[in-house]
Amino acid sequence: MLTIQDLQGNRKQANRERLMRRLFGLAAIISIAISVLILYVLVDGAIDFMVGINWDWSLLSDTGWFPRRERFDLRTIITGSIIMGTVAMFVAVPFGLGTAIYLSEYASRRVRSIVKPVIEVLAGIPSVIVGFFALKVIAPDFVDPIFNPTTSRNMLVAGLGIGILVIPIMASLSEDALSAVPGSLREASYGVGAKRVTTVVKVVIPAAVSGLVAAFIISVSRAIGETMVATMAGGFDGSGPYTGWDVLAPGLTMTAAMTNAAGGTDAVKAGPAFDVLFFVGLLLFLITLALNSIGARFVNRVRQKY
Amino acid sequence: MALMTPGKAGQTAGEITAAQLTSSKRDVSGMVMLVALLFTLISTLLVLFVLIGRVIRDAMPVVTGEGSAFLTNTIGSNPATTGIWPGLFGSFVIGLGVVVLTIPIGVSAAIYLEEYAKPNVITNALLVNIRNLAGVPSVIYGVLGLIIFVGWLKPVTGGSSVISAAMTMAVLVLPIVIITSMEAIRAVPDGLRDAGFGVGSSRWEVTRDHVLPYAAPGILTGIVLSLARALGEAAPLIMLGAVTGLLPETSLTGRFTAIPMLIYSWSGRPDVPGEEIGWTNAAAAAGLVLLFLVLTFNALAIYLRNRFEKSRVGQ
Repeated sequence: MLTIQDLQGNRKQANRERLMRRLFGLAAIISIAISVLILYVLVDGAIDFMVGINWDWSLLSDTGWFPRRERFDLRTIITGSIIMGTVAMFVAVPFGLGTAIYLSEYASRRVRSIVKPVIEVLAGIPSVIVGFFALKVIAPDFVDPIFNPTTSRNMLVAGLGIGILVIPIMASLSEDALSAVPGSLREASYGVGAKRVTTVVKVVIPAAVSGLVAAFIISVSRAIGETMVATMAGGFDGSGPYTGWDVLAPGLTMTAAMTNAAGGTDAVKAGPAFDVLFFVGLLLFLITLALNSIGARFVNRVRQKY
Repeated sequence: MALMTPGKAGQTAGEITAAQLTSSKRDVSGMVMLVALLFTLISTLLVLFVLIGRVIRDAMPVVTGEGSAFLTNTIGSNPATTGIWPGLFGSFVIGLGVVVLTIPIGVSAAIYLEEYAKPNVITNALLVNIRNLAGVPSVIYGVLGLIIFVGWLKPVTGGSSVISAAMTMAVLVLPIVIITSMEAIRAVPDGLRDAGFGVGSSRWEVTRDHVLPYAAPGILTGIVLSLARALGEAAPLIMLGAVTGLLPETSLTGRFTAIPMLIYSWSGRPDVPGEEIGWTNAAAAAGLVLLFLVLTFNALAIYLRNRFEKSRVGQ
């Protein structure tokens, strides 16, 4: 005879269930703790930095980036990030988007099954190796002979390197956006006699536009957050004057300013020259967070539509 | 559109359509588009091959001149005799630490979010938070590690040590492990769960006996990908104070370095003209070792995922 007790299960089982639930919940909460700690560490350090320079905002827009002499010209590192990010996007958008359109709209199943893993391999190449490539191939073999810059480590070289790193991200996010467009739209377009190129340009791309915008924004966020290539090939050795918008001049990104402050040759591990890395880190964190959030919003719009 | 244009007098609609369909007019815009797309695709692939090719070419003098001694020698000040042993040791411990730390935490969090959590504001906040963490630049995880693991936890980690680096990398890849594990768990058919509940299993029993074994290859794929990412990251190592110069010893709690750090450091050193093996060659050889490790793990992950997807089709 089946009783209510049988259906309720035994107490041991219920207790263990409660325990496991708590353990799993705890693991999930660790992710919140990580976010809180990141924010705490950055804000705390940034406040130390501001106290260290006596809240003297004028030091943040001054002649150039000279941390040892307490000159923290934010223009220098923001301009550097914008220039290298822009160069990177000039590489990543055409090549990433072109690859995505080809894979999604033109490639046969066989070509896709070969090319997609290769793009994924490219996505897995460590940034430090792309940094090596920028220094030893892009600079001497391409940028130096064509543009003849004053130094072979400059923002153009670093930007091109970052672009190579961003291509696979742009390609895979754009391909997701294009594949999300329902086949019925393409068939309708072919049905009224449109050619493939017309279908792609006038139907598929406009339908996928929010996903493509998301791909672009997230790629920009990655380009700005890229550290190694900018540090290795950007050409700024920890300090230097504000060079304006010259893409062939050496430059410093926000990320490279952070690695320079942390990995300085002599052991400056205190004072504003070190604490500035938290201030810049906070700035970088907020910028990438904003970009990623906007990107995620666009992705959700696509999901709702189709 | 073209079909609607009025035809010449005397032609029937059928004849016009037939003429349009059999027209031998070249599709110029289509050709231009196809050529442009193929150009971008081939250039992208070419960049990959040139990059790998250059690393191999520059590494050759070390491979033929030094051979396996390059892996076992300690870091020296002469590019012709230097090795990467301390870096290899550092990378190995970092990889091991990432696997040991992220599997329990990442998979547990994924189980909670997919199997236990109710769809409410808190769950949604957790999901948004994990997605945001996945987009935080790696250099910022380096700052986190510098303060928490190198600073606060110094009694445990020994300060700027390979243990701190392993913990930092584990935190860095944790969101990726959670997201990929969640996707793998979500792909488990509900029928399996219902069957388990139907015979009186608790949720944990269903998860342990049915959901996890079914999702295991997908979860494994995410972990292998994260491992490849953790081995290749260099920016957090700079923030943590990994050594770029001489490092005679290997220890868990002492000064440390890892392969990406050696590539970073050696790439920036000038080559002496006329030298058979310069720092460029040493950096390329270290790059070749890293590429081999990372690409092997990546290939393994892609293979696992493809097999996983194929077995899904048969369901």
